[in-house]
Amino acid sequence: MRLYWNYFMMTLKSQMQYKISFLLTVLGQFLTAFTSFWGIKFIFARINGIDDFSYGQVLLCFSMIMLSFSIGEMIGGGLAVFPNLLREGGFDRILVRPRSVTLQLIVPNMDFSRLGLLVQAVIVLCIAVPVSGIEWTVGKAVVFFLMIVCGSVIFFCLFLMIASVAFFTIGSLEFLNIFTYGMRQFGRYPFSVYGKTTLRFLTFVIPLALIQYYPLLYLLDREDGLVYMISPVLSLLFLLPSYLLYRVGLRNYKSTGS
Amino acid sequence: MRANIKIYFSLFRIRFNQNLQYRAVVLGAVVKGFFWALLEVLGYLALYRRAGAFPMELSQTITYVWAFQAFIVLFTVVFGDGEIYSAIRSGAVAYDLVRPVDLYGRWFCQSASNRLSFALVNCFPVLLMGALLPKPYGLTLPGSLRQLILFAVSALLAFGVTVALSMLMYISLFYLISQRGIQMMVRLTTIFLSGGIVPLPFFPEPVLRIVRWLPFAAMQNMPLQIFCGYLSGTDALRGIVFQVIWLSALVLAGRAAMGQAERKVIVNGG
Repeated sequence: MRLYWNYFMMTLKSQMQYKISFLLTVLGQFLTAFTSFWGIKFIFARINGIDDFSYGQVLLCFSMIMLSFSIGEMIGGGLAVFPNLLREGGFDRILVRPRSVTLQLIVPNMDFSRLGLLVQAVIVLCIAVPVSGIEWTVGKAVVFFLMIVCGSVIFFCLFLMIASVAFFTIGSLEFLNIFTYGMRQFGRYPFSVYGKTTLRFLTFVIPLALIQYYPLLYLLDREDGLVYMISPVLSLLFLLPSYLLYRVGLRNYKSTGS
Repeated sequence: MRANIKIYFSLFRIRFNQNLQYRAVVLGAVVKGFFWALLEVLGYLALYRRAGAFPMELSQTITYVWAFQAFIVLFTVVFGDGEIYSAIRSGAVAYDLVRPVDLYGRWFCQSASNRLSFALVNCFPVLLMGALLPKPYGLTLPGSLRQLILFAVSALLAFGVTVALSMLMYISLFYLISQRGIQMMVRLTTIFLSGGIVPLPFFPEPVLRIVRWLPFAAMQNMPLQIFCGYLSGTDALRGIVFQVIWLSALVLAGRAAMGQAERKVIVNGG
């Protein structure tokens, strides 16, 4: 455990070495998220809601997805280097070390510049909470916390799955990004607005609606069933297939031999 | 002059063939473009179900979204022009300077063909799929030949403005060396202010009063608005004149800046 902690600090410190570049990237992340915030603001200056959700509730969704995405991406986003690692044979080096392969992959590739996104998400969250019209209770706060934590896990899983696909293709499949970066963008509206098919897909295949739409209904007092409350926890079932894909890929791994 | 054009043309052809080698990448981009546009359309449909003061008609907005996805590569300022970045950083730019073709024209050509080769294969499948979808979801193709011609002219100019802007970015790399920060800044400004996140007509009036005159408005914003039928007739022509002015200003600025930068490189000795 100490070893991993040192590893973690090493990554953090090495990224902090180039301070200006680091800060500029953080600022860039911050401003990128800021433009999507303005986009939403401009649209909702003209209309007061989407379907049966108000501007404040949209902002809540936006900040919540942004928050979980940035945490998930900070930890798992670096896995995008995975296809390169496979192609160049660097993965063989990792395999022979007597430590967990998973952690060796994740820790050195963490990207702390995502903090910019995180800060932005927290700011929007502070704007969203008072105007969302939610009467907060302890239970609701816990559910909201779960939405963010489980959301981060799901986004991490998605990054892991996309990286694992490289085991089989030895190249990255760009279009799978629609499930990560795409969902960050489209998650700004409650997923129900995209129609029944999309909602069903995001419930049973990629359980992003479980961390966003269903618990949101609970927060808004529209549903009070237990299922709506614990749906973020249910979404964690997604860990199974993503870990399985990763394991199967790992088992079948054949070095490219370079 | 004629020899120059021939050189540019063959540079263009080489690049074009190189990029088409990666068929899987092309297919991936088409699939992504289709689903991305579809989700965006579903979002706008949900928005339009509410009553509100919408600046564009529903069908215009939907068409805008489809066309935006179809032509996205054409109008992306920050695009993977890897060779140019590494040429500047590794000093290989010295070779380029020795060649008897001027650097601005060469790089302009290189980055233009990079985008065009991807765009030409991407745009038709996405447009076709968009056109085949039933009424509220699908796009409406331009109704008249006039509109189509105006669009083509405007798209060409917007493409020029896009590449000219990215040239300015490359030239700035002579001084900055590290690309990551500037790339990110340029990307977010150009996308936002050219109507890549929300179409410009959706911007509030006071903001639009300024944004309308920026070079970014001469990018994808103009051809897409003509394509979806929001701008037509004299308004469209006025937009095209606006684009011509910005294009020439940016190319002139780029050439001047390149001249300065080239001199600096020589002083440094590459």
